[in-house]
Amino acid sequence: MNLETPIAVAIHDLTVAYNHKPVLWDIDLEIPEGVLMAIVGPNGAGKSTLIKSILGIQKPLAGSVLIYDQPFSKQRKKVAYVPQKGSVDWDFPTTALDVVLMGTYGSLGWFKRPGLNEKKAALEALEQMGMLDFRDRQISELSGGQQQRIFLARALVQQAEIYFMDEPLQGVDATTEKAIIKILKLLSSKGKTVVVVHHDLQTVPEYFDWVTFLNVKKIATGPVKHIFNDDNLTKTYGINYKVSLQTK
Amino acid sequence: MNNAQIEIQLIAALVAAACALPGTFLVLRKMALITDAISHAILPGIVLGFFITHDLNAPLLIVMATLTGVLTVFLVSYTQKTGLVKEDTAIGLIFPALFSIGVIMIALRANDVHLDVDAVLLGEIAFAPFDRLVWLGVDVGPKSMWVVGTVLFISVLLLNFFFKELKLSTFDSGLSASLGFSPVLLHYGLMTLTSVTTVVSFEAVGAILVVAMMIAPAATAYLLTKDLRKMLFLSAFFGVLSAIAGYWLAHFLDASIAGSITTILGMLFLGVYLFSHKKGWIAVWYQQKQQKLEVSLITFLLHIHNHDLASERHIRHLREHINWHDVTANAVLKLAQKNNFISIENGLVSLTDKGLAFTKQAITYIMDNHTEGIESMKQKFFLFRG
Repeated sequence: MNLETPIAVAIHDLTVAYNHKPVLWDIDLEIPEGVLMAIVGPNGAGKSTLIKSILGIQKPLAGSVLIYDQPFSKQRKKVAYVPQKGSVDWDFPTTALDVVLMGTYGSLGWFKRPGLNEKKAALEALEQMGMLDFRDRQISELSGGQQQRIFLARALVQQAEIYFMDEPLQGVDATTEKAIIKILKLLSSKGKTVVVVHHDLQTVPEYFDWVTFLNVKKIATGPVKHIFNDDNLTKTYGINYKVSLQTK
Repeated sequence: MNNAQIEIQLIAALVAAACALPGTFLVLRKMALITDAISHAILPGIVLGFFITHDLNAPLLIVMATLTGVLTVFLVSYTQKTGLVKEDTAIGLIFPALFSIGVIMIALRANDVHLDVDAVLLGEIAFAPFDRLVWLGVDVGPKSMWVVGTVLFISVLLLNFFFKELKLSTFDSGLSASLGFSPVLLHYGLMTLTSVTTVVSFEAVGAILVVAMMIAPAATAYLLTKDLRKMLFLSAFFGVLSAIAGYWLAHFLDASIAGSITTILGMLFLGVYLFSHKKGWIAVWYQQKQQKLEVSLITFLLHIHNHDLASERHIRHLREHINWHDVTANAVLKLAQKNNFISIENGLVSLTDKGLAFTKQAITYIMDNHTEGIESMKQKFFLFRG
């Protein structure tokens, strides 16, 4: 990263509280364009909440978020979001293709229905995730990994500049993990900014080039090779992670 | 059939279709209970409106009652957001309070108004044809037919316009919010539609049965389809079917029409629940039985494969050894023979070439922890399923 890299996401003094109990305290964070960033931290560190506040789903108590120097509400089309897989009801009566089509709703706006172009884009995204054969499957008939790939395909179809993903690798099989990482690297190589809530510390250096340590407060943020060390891990998780990283 | 009979069936069918549409979304949003809350809590709104207008179909009454319904939803989610109680408790706190206010209001003015608690709870659709709408001096039909018909028409229009938005916010409210389709706005829009529908259906079916009209057709349709659009159509279809069948059931039993409609709705759900091809109780029971037998068969094949000694492969011995009842053992042996996996000579069981190939492949899948591979293998090897 050189100094001229634009800032994709700028978060200033962000505080979020549920029923007056702060889950994020005074976060200052700048995400440079084009990074492939992992957000790591223990359970309840506010990782999902951070993403939800950036996307305007969770209202902050204080602070501001800017996407390319503008509020999120003016930049919706530049942003794609992959929620946690567990946040939706997979028994919903719909097919894989239909879920991917939902990614096109944002650019369509109110009232307009997806047409041929949208369908074509959705089929391409399905193919990219190796899910084309499953397009007419009821989503409850897909395995956990396949469901996650559908979610990824839905984000791809949004044709965004910045991708936020909440634990896309949680509980998926090895094939899906490889497929998802391939897509993340591809997006990154095209200059897109990708921010991923991640829980497997082992794979951070392999998968990501940028990392943010979070535990209610921001502990550190920067290139993996500079700041992914025992000191920051210990500060974030509260125990000495050097040992567990080696023995695992 | 005389005119009144036709009109009653028409009104019932319109009510059923009008209820089934928002009901579909309520079922998918796991909000069936909120309908119950709305249908009871609108009572004070209806009573107040009735005191003022003396007409159950007056626009003012409909507006007031609808507002009470939306207020209920707001109060429930506000109570829930305090973090002191969960949603079900909030619902249980709010609607009886509002309902009882309505009941007291009726009791206080019981002598002046033609509104009794029985009619409120159960409705009386049989009287609906008496209240006529006269337009330019011409009798154009029962008032409630026009009112319910209008609401149904508006709700078809709205659901058509906002289909994509409602689907998205129902399935994934997080993405809906991030794409700019406010889930809160859509939620209250749907709640308003639910309240209006409840209010205009009230006279026909009452506070308790309107819940069945909203939830039962949708729940039945949910068992049958994997497509939201089809679910909406099926749901409306089941509603209308029950309305007409219920009318005739009431006619022959000389019983309450609304009660008969609900009974039919319940029977329809039960029938689909038992016999539905995919999710039905019988289908699931059969699948489980099949699965169990097939797992037993694989266990049996592995056992044969592991034991070369003649004494271990004798039918008698197997029954004692694997510890199955004779019935299970026989079923497994038969299935294995039918699929040409084993041959039995003088009571000795041995694997055929096909049986051996199947077993070996199954073992590699089990060793590699890829047990899901066995499912596709069954397709290839089995001539007959369990």
